[in-house]
Amino acid sequence: MNTVIDIAHNAMRNESADTSEFVTMTIAGQLFGIPVLQVQDVLGPQRIARIPMAPAWVAGVLNLRGRIVTAIDVRRRLGLPKLETTGTEMSIVVDHNAELYSLLVDEVGEVMVCRADCVAPNPPTLDPVWQEISKGIVQLNDRLMIILHVQRLFDLAHAAAA
Amino acid sequence: MDDLMTEFLTETAENLAALDIELVKLEQEPETPGLLANIFRLVHTIKGTCGFFGLPRLEALAHAGENVLGRFRDGELVVTPPAISVILAAIDGIKVILASLETTGAEPPGDDEALIARLNAVAEGSGAAAEPAMAESIDTAPVKPAKTARRSRSSKPNKPLEPPQPVMEHESTHDDIAPLVGQTDGPPPRLDTGATTNASAAAEQHDSAAVMQSIRVNVDLLETLMTTVSELVLSRNQLLQLSRRQKDSEFVAPLQRLNHVVSELQENVMKTRMQPIGNAWAKFPRIVRDLAHETHKKIELVMKGADTELDRQVLELIKDPLTHMVRNSADHGIETPDERLAAGKSTTGVIALDAYHEGGQIVIEISDDGRGLSIHKIKSKALKVGLVTEAELAGLTEAQVQQFIFRAGFSTAESVTAVSGRGVGMDVVRTNIEKIGGTIEVSTQSGFGTRFTIKIPLTLAIVSALIVEVGGQSFAVPQTSVIELVRTSEAGSNRQRIERLNGAPVLRLRDRLLPLVVLSEVLKLDPVDAITTSSDRFVVVTQVGSQVFGMIVDQVFDTEEIVVKPMASITRHLTMFSGNTILGDGSVIMILDPGGVAGAIGNPAAGTGHAKSEAESHAADAREKSALLVFRAGGGAPKAVPLRWIARLEEFERNDIEYVSGRYVIQYRGKLMPVVPFDSASSVEKDGRQPALVFADGGRVMALLVDAVVDILETELDVHQSSSMAGITGSAIIAGRATEMIDARYFCEQAFEGWAEPANWSEPSDEDGAHDFTYSTGQRHHAPEEREIARAA
Repeated sequence: MNTVIDIAHNAMRNESADTSEFVTMTIAGQLFGIPVLQVQDVLGPQRIARIPMAPAWVAGVLNLRGRIVTAIDVRRRLGLPKLETTGTEMSIVVDHNAELYSLLVDEVGEVMVCRADCVAPNPPTLDPVWQEISKGIVQLNDRLMIILHVQRLFDLAHAAAA
Repeated sequence: MDDLMTEFLTETAENLAALDIELVKLEQEPETPGLLANIFRLVHTIKGTCGFFGLPRLEALAHAGENVLGRFRDGELVVTPPAISVILAAIDGIKVILASLETTGAEPPGDDEALIARLNAVAEGSGAAAEPAMAESIDTAPVKPAKTARRSRSSKPNKPLEPPQPVMEHESTHDDIAPLVGQTDGPPPRLDTGATTNASAAAEQHDSAAVMQSIRVNVDLLETLMTTVSELVLSRNQLLQLSRRQKDSEFVAPLQRLNHVVSELQENVMKTRMQPIGNAWAKFPRIVRDLAHETHKKIELVMKGADTELDRQVLELIKDPLTHMVRNSADHGIETPDERLAAGKSTTGVIALDAYHEGGQIVIEISDDGRGLSIHKIKSKALKVGLVTEAELAGLTEAQVQQFIFRAGFSTAESVTAVSGRGVGMDVVRTNIEKIGGTIEVSTQSGFGTRFTIKIPLTLAIVSALIVEVGGQSFAVPQTSVIELVRTSEAGSNRQRIERLNGAPVLRLRDRLLPLVVLSEVLKLDPVDAITTSSDRFVVVTQVGSQVFGMIVDQVFDTEEIVVKPMASITRHLTMFSGNTILGDGSVIMILDPGGVAGAIGNPAAGTGHAKSEAESHAADAREKSALLVFRAGGGAPKAVPLRWIARLEEFERNDIEYVSGRYVIQYRGKLMPVVPFDSASSVEKDGRQPALVFADGGRVMALLVDAVVDILETELDVHQSSSMAGITGSAIIAGRATEMIDARYFCEQAFEGWAEPANWSEPSDEDGAHDFTYSTGQRHHAPEEREIARAA
């Protein structure tokens, strides 16, 4: 499953450059990646209890083996419309300040390894909300992957602007 | 060594806390046997142990303190407040050094020459005459060696008089350690310290049996244990839920056993978190004593129920509010002896702390017999700060005005003292107490004192909650804030129907207007159509502080023991919820915070200063206004009597009323009940039915015949004492009509000779008595329907 990414124009660079592993996921056709060490769990569709009055991008809470996990609707967080078809969404559970959060995404892909030096900075033309949550762009052979800045997802001040 | 040091610090901190209390006791009752020996032993233990650790500064200070105490014990010195003050100062000094030891692991730089000199001066004060060597030691520049020399000399002549055991430790310490006290450069030799600890250990032997029964456990470990048990409880609930669905499962019996074991485990683990409230009170005697000295007052602190246990976490949270309130009482509440004499009170003021369990809650009362809250001062301050306008103030009752003290920035102290009056007081107290789901109330009588009543839940970790459904979603409501559940229906009589005032829903509940909150609207949930149209709704009557309101919900399920889990940080700003929890079926639900819901409808206490919110005045009404029964009898103006005097309303067949030995009686519930016609001139002869008011007290019951019951209403009573008519106390304006207030005593006296004991009847404003009377007879519950019967008649 693991794919070693070869970046064409960077291939000959420093071989000792750190590599990192990412769990990939798709949201509205866009590929995102989260450093694998941050991921606690990958879940299928869950029974989620809504939290009244909470921001729209907080999908609710769910019970993960006796722990309460707060679900974040990443689509809404990015200002995208809700997923039309329900029942297929998956989530990635991450730890943030000793609390568990699950990130609702359209689909979870695979684990990829890529070298740190193949990460490009955000292009300035990117939407400000996306700028916030993007740590950089990984240039894959056939497509681009946004590295998700997980911490910023929970940042209320930034979220308010979203 | 580190562990030993930690042990030493914990133990010494405990000893010091005990010392504070003991010393204050000593000052009050210097004659109490054993008290001095105990204090001496505590100080001595501190000194002995710090010698072992090589803490010269601490040892020197403890030694100087012990010196003074030794002379107290030997009877060479008389226990005086100034002497105690110096010793307390020494103990404070020890605390400072300990604090530094705890944070940095070393004694703070500097020395306590001044303090030690004061201690020595006290020690020598009365001994000067007996001990000629004294004079030189005072003048000698290096105080410590001089003092120690004197100390060992002075202790020896008294040796035969001392009780055997303390002498042993005492002597071995002084003779060996004394020469070392002056040299601050190293720990004392091993041999000495060994002797010291042995001696003190011997002294402690008498209570060592109790000590052996308990061990020190890290609090974090207990917390972890608690969390684990909470998880276990959740898993157990889940299993039980599963097994309920499967009939004849072989798991039923083992699960049942598991259920019992887990419950027991939970109970016991909860117990490990329980601590007597006395722990939070431990420093109060010292605080009160110091304050009394500072302000030149005489204050006695009475503590009752110090062994009442409550959760450690809760205890921590109420410590500061309680301290603040005790300080307030001592500083503002209690007057100076002169003022008290002038007011006809004894010179010594009393601050009383009382704690007890009541209905799954802990009640803590803090009362003083001081000057009470000045309504006038509160009013003028409220105006000055801009909390109310003059017009609003005029409409407020005293009880409502008193609640202003819980507002931010409110202090009526004329001057700011070192202790209190900074205006950051009672609102912080209230906030802290409400944060843990508690309530605080104040009642005061000008000139006679103030009483604060705090009610707090036993524990925060596991609470009993009512599960309700709103808009298709379940929520938990903490049971402690739920007063009752009312089922309403559109088709029912107006008593159980939700009515609307300009769209705002209200419920008439036993003649009170209860403001309602449509929970689905407050929580912005989509109303579920099928349920909205159905006529049955439930109202959860909720109390937050003095505010009472009803929450309209679609469904009410069970009560469940739930483990409160905090909200995730990104949703913590939602004031509507105090946390969330996992139910037995594995679903996650939100725990409603009634305080937050109250806030959403405009909490008068935290609001804009407009105190006349319906809920608050509603709650205050209950105290300030009287519920009156208005009836017609004997012609003329309508009559009224306080509702709380009435046990029941009845209607009698006139034919059933019999005339026996000069009195009218009726067979009522198997007994003969005297019947008194309102107008003694009229006789009871006609046929038909006649309404009657039944008064009851202590098993004696009588009925007063009236023409018709008109209404029950709550009003502020302003009786004009102007009647000379028998049985009429005066007249008042009630519901816009001049109404005569009847004197229940008069009629009772007619029914029974000497029936009306003044203690029972002369104080209609006596709240406790009134409540007993009303509630024990269930009057409030019966009144409305019976009134309707009366009307129909």
